[in-house]
Amino acid sequence: MDPQRLVHMANQIGAFFSAEPDRAVALNGIAGHLKRFWDPRMRSQILACVDEHGGEGLTDLVAEAIRRHRDTLAT
Amino acid sequence: MYSVRETDYGTPARLSERLVTLEIDGVEVSVPEGTSVMRAATQAGYSIPKLCATDMLESFGSCRLCLVEIEGRKGYPASCTTLVSAGMQVRTQSPALAKLRRNVMELYISDHPLDCLTCPANGNCELQDMAGVVGLREVRYGYDGANHLTAEKDQSNPYFTFDPTKCIVCSRCVRACEEVQGTYALTVDGRGFASMISPSAKESFFDSECVSCGACVQACPTATLMEKSIIDHGQPERSVVTTCAYCGVGCSFRAEMQGTQVVRMVPNKDGKANHGHSCVKGRFAWGYATHPDRIIKPMIRSRITDPWKEVTWNEAIAYAAAEFKRIQAKHGRGAVGGITSSRCTNEETYLVQKLVRAAFGNNNVDTCARVCHSPTGYGLKQTLGESAGTQNFDSVEQADVIMVIGANPTEGHPVFASQLKRRLREGAKLIIVDPRTIELVRQPHVQASHHLKLLPGTNVAVINALAHVVVTEGLTKEDYVRERCDLREYEKWKSFISQPRNSPEAMEPITGVPAAEVRAAARLYAGAHNAAIYYGLGVTEHSQGSTMVIGIANLAMATGNLGRSGVGVNPLRGQNNVQGSCDMGSFPHELPGYRHVSDAAVRGLFESEWHVSLDAEPGLRIPNMLDAALDGSFRGLYVQGEDIAQSDPNTQHVTDALGALECLVVQDLFLNETARFAHVFLPGSSFLEKNGTFTNAERRISPVRKVMPPLSGMEDWEVTAALSNALGYPMHYDHPAQIMDEIARLTPTFTGVNYAKLERLGSIQWPCNDKAPEGTPVMHVEQFVRGKGKFILSEYIPTDERATWEYPLLMTTGRVLSQYNVGAQTRRTENNRWHHEDVLEIHPHDAEQRGVREGDWVGVRSRAGETVLRATLTERVQPGVVYTTFHFPWSGANVVTTENSDWATNCPEYKVTAVQVSRVMQPSEWQKDYARFSQVQDRLLQERERTQV
Repeated sequence: MDPQRLVHMANQIGAFFSAEPDRAVALNGIAGHLKRFWDPRMRSQILACVDEHGGEGLTDLVAEAIRRHRDTLAT
Repeated sequence: MYSVRETDYGTPARLSERLVTLEIDGVEVSVPEGTSVMRAATQAGYSIPKLCATDMLESFGSCRLCLVEIEGRKGYPASCTTLVSAGMQVRTQSPALAKLRRNVMELYISDHPLDCLTCPANGNCELQDMAGVVGLREVRYGYDGANHLTAEKDQSNPYFTFDPTKCIVCSRCVRACEEVQGTYALTVDGRGFASMISPSAKESFFDSECVSCGACVQACPTATLMEKSIIDHGQPERSVVTTCAYCGVGCSFRAEMQGTQVVRMVPNKDGKANHGHSCVKGRFAWGYATHPDRIIKPMIRSRITDPWKEVTWNEAIAYAAAEFKRIQAKHGRGAVGGITSSRCTNEETYLVQKLVRAAFGNNNVDTCARVCHSPTGYGLKQTLGESAGTQNFDSVEQADVIMVIGANPTEGHPVFASQLKRRLREGAKLIIVDPRTIELVRQPHVQASHHLKLLPGTNVAVINALAHVVVTEGLTKEDYVRERCDLREYEKWKSFISQPRNSPEAMEPITGVPAAEVRAAARLYAGAHNAAIYYGLGVTEHSQGSTMVIGIANLAMATGNLGRSGVGVNPLRGQNNVQGSCDMGSFPHELPGYRHVSDAAVRGLFESEWHVSLDAEPGLRIPNMLDAALDGSFRGLYVQGEDIAQSDPNTQHVTDALGALECLVVQDLFLNETARFAHVFLPGSSFLEKNGTFTNAERRISPVRKVMPPLSGMEDWEVTAALSNALGYPMHYDHPAQIMDEIARLTPTFTGVNYAKLERLGSIQWPCNDKAPEGTPVMHVEQFVRGKGKFILSEYIPTDERATWEYPLLMTTGRVLSQYNVGAQTRRTENNRWHHEDVLEIHPHDAEQRGVREGDWVGVRSRAGETVLRATLTERVQPGVVYTTFHFPWSGANVVTTENSDWATNCPEYKVTAVQVSRVMQPSEWQKDYARFSQVQDRLLQERERTQV
């Protein structure tokens, strides 16, 4: 799938959770949403975006959420 | 008039718990206080003659036929306008009454054509019946006096005629238009003998304000207002109760039949969603079911450039199954999927998702609710605990303040709109939140207290501003929240929403709504005893659709407006079975009953029943399927009853993806836009040709009953089962009732649902289980389904789709009354007379700047594509905003919309597209390509290899 589109979608999710004052809760929320609603092939592509391209295009919050919860998202 | 065999009680039922006992013809009768003598008599088994009375309308007392004698009272009071009182003694028959009634009938008949034998109402005419009942044997006045027998018949309406020669001026039609429909299109013109029924200001019915709901035709006691289908075919010989296949109101109808031919659809008085009312679509626009465009033989082809070949059902099913298996063997289990339809029954959608999960072995199943109400499912589940509206429709009758957000009920949900307008006429206040001046803002006897005419894309800013006022002005219901909601989340939300950046003043530059108007609306909503919110796709089809649903739930919880009648959060579902298709597990992350696929216990339940191992990972959603088709990881798709090539955004993207598939199987009534890209076509069956159930916007499960055999020989559920069997996963059902039994075994909210109970109760609102064996009209009564209601932060985040120098206008989309969704059904009816093409609404100021005049062709260009429509200049839209509908494929409304979507659900942002509009002289390039492609596909269909199967 188009990586740019996935990055955009992930950032939209991140923007929603960015209102959360507790950063850990926001990170959990982002990763949890990706885990519960994204097909594994989409998750593996967004993980690849972080691993292979340093999370280019992702907001800091989303990139951190993916890195911190990579094990959950990978399985 | 009413369907044959229905009892007409003459006046409406009263709901008082206090009973009044009286005596009618020597028999003691007890009825609720406020009941008319006429109704009491009818309930007791007596039949008082009547003409101007009918139980859908308040009594009028004009015909003087229903006179009775009451002990101790002078004269002969009309039984329709006389209410019962304790100890009253009524006589319905006496020589004096008989004489009076005969005299009345004599006068009526003296000015009525005596063509009963050739009259279309013959056999079902109240005037004829009354002449018989009163024993009319002569008309002493003769027939040569002044009369109306030369009046001209109005045949302008495509569905019914108005023959004033047969009119007795009982005013039932006028009152039906006022009381039932609320349109006020009819009046009695003139006085005394010159009185005539007139649509609007002596216009024809077609040119008048009439919305063709049929209420007047239903109310008419003679052949004055008569369905053309009855004129053509004659009176029905039987009727079958079923459920309309149009919008999410889910009206109950009696399909009136001659053999296997429908001759009339009459709204069912006992229908709990519609109470005997209807709209132009359900009442009249059912001719598509037997339209010549129906394809009733299965077809296959290897490539979409090949002509179709008609084959047997077995061949088609075997071919489709072999293709899916081939693709999976080569590209993996996840390379195929399916789409269920909100136009199909619960049982059908359940089977399609079961086929995908059990036979395909993945969770790549989605439904058209993806592109309409998926944010409702997400937002209400997160905040309240259940992905459904909270009320029954009747709840509106107890609402004191009604807020309509991003919905246009008079066009999209007309029967509910009539109920809502009735409540407004009783004094309830109305708040409209909509970028357009929809009809409800101001119409006869309806005037919104506040119209928050926001800019498209700023819903969340408005709902936050409303909540800000409620919180900062101390208008929250603290006791309610303390008892029922998660207080930690509530405090967090209060802190968030109280911030000055959420105030109406701070939001005004963003929303375009004056702060004072927002403050006043917030005070009105929060100050009401009962305040209810009704919303539509203007809420959900945004990049922040889910956030907006959350914001609505936050506001309702904070003001204590959930958990009782008269309040609530009510999504108005677009199609007939949006709620049901979602309930049935059509989303890729949820099994039936909204339970996530990762829940091992839930999965185990289904695995045990289905005897198969299920995938624990969510599958692809429709937009993801299309993206995956273009990258080659998704190659086969089974689409039942949907037309994503017309309904989904960015048409070019959708058709590119469909063109990339190796096997597209479409099951539908017609060779729709999507089917032009298909390799296998499986003929679908209309709602008249199958059994099953639909679930409407109020969670009401209603029966769909087969009134004619399926034209193709198979009902849709049978086709899905056959495909599953061919794929190697056995499905064996003899009747949809068995499918519902399986759903009930697996779904806690459906535990108590079965066909026998549906037969007994007529319809059932889920949850229906041990706790609520006859269903649940209002949800979250004692506590929220999730336990404590959860306030969630709803930060306003502007959409990326913004007006720019290149695309300075914002386009938003919607529907009209006469057409339905992609128009596959209504375009094949006379409804086209009202709306035969999609047009672009543009404000006169924007039009003038562009040199655009009424009726000009204009190019509408966005970053996704360009189409050409005719312009209509109107101040319904505000400057900077244009509007169109998407009912006709060649209009290409979705060529322009983009794939920008809701953050949580991927629901497309149909409601905001930045566009430029300019005068043009020819169709767009897309339209030219579309015309060429359509021509080729039409030829391939015409040249199909026909077989005698």
